[in-house]
Amino acid sequence: MNGQPQAVVVQDLVKRFGDFTAVDNISFEASRGEIFGFLGPNGAGKSTTIRILCGLLHPTSGKALVAGVDVAREPERVRQNIGYMSQKFSLYNDLKVIENLRFFAGMYGVNQADAAERIAWAVDMAGLTGREHLLTGTLAAGWKQRLALGCAVLHRPPIVFLDEPTSGVDPISRRLFWELIHRMADEGVTVFVTTHYMDEAEYCNRLVLIDRGRIVASGSPLELKLKSMEGDLLLVECDQVGKALELLQEAPGVTDAAIFGHALHLVVPDAERAIPEVKSYLGERRIAVSRIERIRPTLEDVFVSLTSLKGRREKEQA
Amino acid sequence: MGADDFTIELDGLTKSFPDVRAVDRLSFKVARGEIFGLVGPDGAGKTTTMRMLAGVLAPDAGSARVAGYDMTRDPEGAKQHISYMPQRFGLYEELTVDENIRFYADLFGVARAERETRAAELLQAAGMVEFRSRLAGKLSGGMKQKLGLVCALVHTPEVILLDEPTNGVDPVSRRDFWRILYTLLDQGVTILTSTAYLDEAERCHRVALLHEGRMLFCDTPENLKGNLDGAVVSVVCAEPRPVKELISGMEGISTMMIVGDGLHLVVREPGRMIPELRARIAAAGLEVDSVEEVAPSIEDLFVEAVQKKKGEKP
Repeated sequence: MNGQPQAVVVQDLVKRFGDFTAVDNISFEASRGEIFGFLGPNGAGKSTTIRILCGLLHPTSGKALVAGVDVAREPERVRQNIGYMSQKFSLYNDLKVIENLRFFAGMYGVNQADAAERIAWAVDMAGLTGREHLLTGTLAAGWKQRLALGCAVLHRPPIVFLDEPTSGVDPISRRLFWELIHRMADEGVTVFVTTHYMDEAEYCNRLVLIDRGRIVASGSPLELKLKSMEGDLLLVECDQVGKALELLQEAPGVTDAAIFGHALHLVVPDAERAIPEVKSYLGERRIAVSRIERIRPTLEDVFVSLTSLKGRREKEQA
Repeated sequence: MGADDFTIELDGLTKSFPDVRAVDRLSFKVARGEIFGLVGPDGAGKTTTMRMLAGVLAPDAGSARVAGYDMTRDPEGAKQHISYMPQRFGLYEELTVDENIRFYADLFGVARAERETRAAELLQAAGMVEFRSRLAGKLSGGMKQKLGLVCALVHTPEVILLDEPTNGVDPVSRRDFWRILYTLLDQGVTILTSTAYLDEAERCHRVALLHEGRMLFCDTPENLKGNLDGAVVSVVCAEPRPVKELISGMEGISTMMIVGDGLHLVVREPGRMIPELRARIAAAGLEVDSVEEVAPSIEDLFVEAVQKKKGEKP
């Protein structure tokens, strides 16, 4: 955004543990008011990056600025500028709702004058009016999640980190939660999301996908679906899907195959050429295809093709 | 289908704890060779149901038959036909991958020759062959979950009960996981799995949505799609808020949601509504990149089904 400092700036960031490079020279920026999704398989370097951004871990080289603060030089000041909420957010279950809020207001050093107003705001935002004196442990997952969010932003941080924020929450509460997040972003808060849930990734304005410490793709959810997959995606409905899957994994011209209930997703270099080939390949093996067509990949298809396939190919070439 | 074709049958299964009715008159049947998904948020009763089916928790009322055994009368008889993988599977962190597998093979009394081939197949499918001599404690979260599955499946049971097996597992490992499950189905195994990931419901033959101990509905993902009145329309734009305000009064839109690249709407007649939306947005001078119908996500379908259900029983 013009003239406005970026909320998060990461430049040539490297983190090594012994001879293992967890974060391998990555650069990206997140703007003010952006909902930024940071995705990658287990062990890709996500948590290491987040820990550096939160001032908990010192980078080996490169630079990271959060709210204009250099995380390597002033880690304590970074922590005043961020909120953090994880799926296993440590709300105290045996404290009342209001006691949790007071506790976190104290922890984050919200001054007395502000605290009452911020707590009232958080209660309202989480839809907990009238429930302030309930034990936190008795709340349904959706309310807990919104309370956790309220606690994480009591000190008005310009940047909030969310780690799988809506896991274990029912679908309606989950939508309410994302509505709140989008409203916070509209007010200028930058939201940094890490997740394995592709449906959470859909709520982000921009996504960065990392694998083995490196960035492998970035863009809006739609851009990733339209542009970042190598090859085309086919939906195949046929009988004996289990057997069809086994056969197609070995079939020439099929890059990857995955099963979804009664259907298969195939990654192929070119849909037009592959459709008749797949049909006859399965036909020759006595499997009848009832439907085969090119579909737009889901974020999960993109994720899997950019991480696992690349790795496999590199391994084969090595 | 004859009665023998159902390997899991629940009838009015109920369990209460001091302050909550965790499972409330739950009834459903799972056929041999089926993957059945229990979907629902934390606290919906998924784990309690699993534990009753595994014979480790007695119900207050109702009955459960698994692999032909009445779980209230003869839970021990059923156990050798069931493989149960609880959320925290008991891996020995100070043992290697291979040693853990060997331990469970001994526990289940799997013959030596059989265990070798089976372990090799499962490790191959899980993409874990090169980790055989690594300590279980040194594996990543996703790898630990996969090792749990390998250990649980080192014998060949009739029924597999998996309690949130893919929790915290990345999409790549999740695909490995599902691939293993599907190959087992061909061998006539029945699988009951629970998940809080809505998109995983799409991989099951049938799903039951649980909420506060009750089943809201139970159907195939395909039939769920038939439940949607209309279609999901995606409005791709950089500034969704003013667009949302502009169209919020329009008739025929049942749901509006801001997502990462714009707005998602559920509209009754997409053929009529899409051009109307385009015209209205253009007339107001707002900029959008596209307005088009997209495939509904499983979350769209759940929300719709839940709202419909609520409408039926006010």
